[in-house]
Amino acid sequence: MNLIRARGLSLRYGGRLVLEDVDFSIDRGEIVTIVGPNGSGKSTLLRALLGALPPSRGVVERRKGLRIGYVPQKLAIDATLPMTVARFLSVPFRQPPQRRAVALARVGAAGLEGRQMRALSGGQFQRVLLARALLAGPDILILDEPTQGLDQPGAAEFYRLIEELRRETGCAVLLVSHDLHVVMSASDRVICLNGHICCEGSPQVVSAAPEYRALFGPGTGGALALYRHEHDHDHNGAGEHAGGGRDAG
Amino acid sequence: MPEGGAMLDDFVLRAVLAGVGLSLATGPLGAFVVWRRMAYFGDAMAHAAILGVALALGFSISVLAGTLVVTLAAGLAVAGLASRGQAMDTALGVVAHSALAFGLVAVSLLRGVRVDLAAFLFGDILTVGLAELWLTWGGAGLIVVLIVWRWAALLTATVSEELAWSAGMNPSRDRLVLILTLALVVALALKVVGALLIAAMLIVPAAAARGFSRTPETMAALAAVFGAGASVAGVWASVIADTPAGPGIVVAATLIYLVSVLFSRFRAPV
Repeated sequence: MNLIRARGLSLRYGGRLVLEDVDFSIDRGEIVTIVGPNGSGKSTLLRALLGALPPSRGVVERRKGLRIGYVPQKLAIDATLPMTVARFLSVPFRQPPQRRAVALARVGAAGLEGRQMRALSGGQFQRVLLARALLAGPDILILDEPTQGLDQPGAAEFYRLIEELRRETGCAVLLVSHDLHVVMSASDRVICLNGHICCEGSPQVVSAAPEYRALFGPGTGGALALYRHEHDHDHNGAGEHAGGGRDAG
Repeated sequence: MPEGGAMLDDFVLRAVLAGVGLSLATGPLGAFVVWRRMAYFGDAMAHAAILGVALALGFSISVLAGTLVVTLAAGLAVAGLASRGQAMDTALGVVAHSALAFGLVAVSLLRGVRVDLAAFLFGDILTVGLAELWLTWGGAGLIVVLIVWRWAALLTATVSEELAWSAGMNPSRDRLVLILTLALVVALALKVVGALLIAAMLIVPAAAARGFSRTPETMAALAAVFGAGASVAGVWASVIADTPAGPGIVVAATLIYLVSVLFSRFRAPV
């Protein structure tokens, strides 16, 4: 059975039809990436899948007892809210110190427990968010533009970490991203969204699709080709992922 | 009369106990008001309480029940307007000030009832009766139990509503829990600090606690302690210097806040 499935999902938000007749599903262990220009309804779709927004039409089904590890796009912890990393990892449910330490070490953020969340750098903050999501023992990791604010090497490293976690735990990964050339090679499936699903399939299929090129321009196709070429020959090199520049525009 | 009743005949002791009891609720609740930036929201509900007083006197029901109903209605009205995409500060401004104005007009229209409006605007803690004292402690206890019970959900929703949804919680329901407890605290605090200063009783001790806290739990607990300390100080000043007790409590809380600001300045940031 699918972990999450949406059928005929339409969503009106602030009087505007943001999503129209979207069919979506994700299975155990899959990496699915949703790409689309700003305002294309990517975040809205994620929120509908989480159950935070009720659909105007259609249905969203989550497998019973589904454990979701969610990494939000931006998390503004109010200046008035004191929050150490250790305490944050116990949101929503208390975690023993040892589990917290293991989760932090796994994402490369060991020893940050005593720091205040607001004192972290952008990269540290994203890693702590990921560690918290892992502590839920997730069936699926849902990440909304998780590399915003990271530089290219940082983003590439973050995505590699996600791939490793998927291998280790077998959890599914649902990702919203604009870092097209970095993300897409790792995905089993790419969904190109612009209010409705423009095209869907393997990274290769989507990057060749005319609908995709119409949305993102021909430059992206070139970067993708370059990236795939690098990937064929180098599965370990960290630096390669950083090479392509930004094409999402 | 329960045990200790004789001791509680002392009006000063009753006033202190009422203030301390209320602070147990306003501390943790005030922390949420500060974290979620609901300060003006609390103010709107407190102003609406005056309308509740007028209606209660007009219909000859208990003032507590009247204020509870009206503040709850005001809270739900504002929450409803906000969720329909109205600018929050405008919606709050309309509800807060119109409820206060309607209340003041309605009180003036009451025939055959002489109302000491100042007591409701600024509180009248020194005349707290034994029944009101039990009511304050009962209500505050209920609020504390509710907050402790819902703590994980309330805190998660405060950090991020999406995060709460993803954990299978329902942050909309927790927002209602907060509005309900706020209405109750406003109804209880009306007697202690008065409608105009209830928001201060929520915000100032919590703001003072921020500077000394590294976790949300510490801040909520310290806010209760500071509020209780300010209540004792305010009542004490009132007895010694004949100052108004309600405003005195807020002044004392503000002094603690100033100390906290200085304290944070002279040490490494937490």
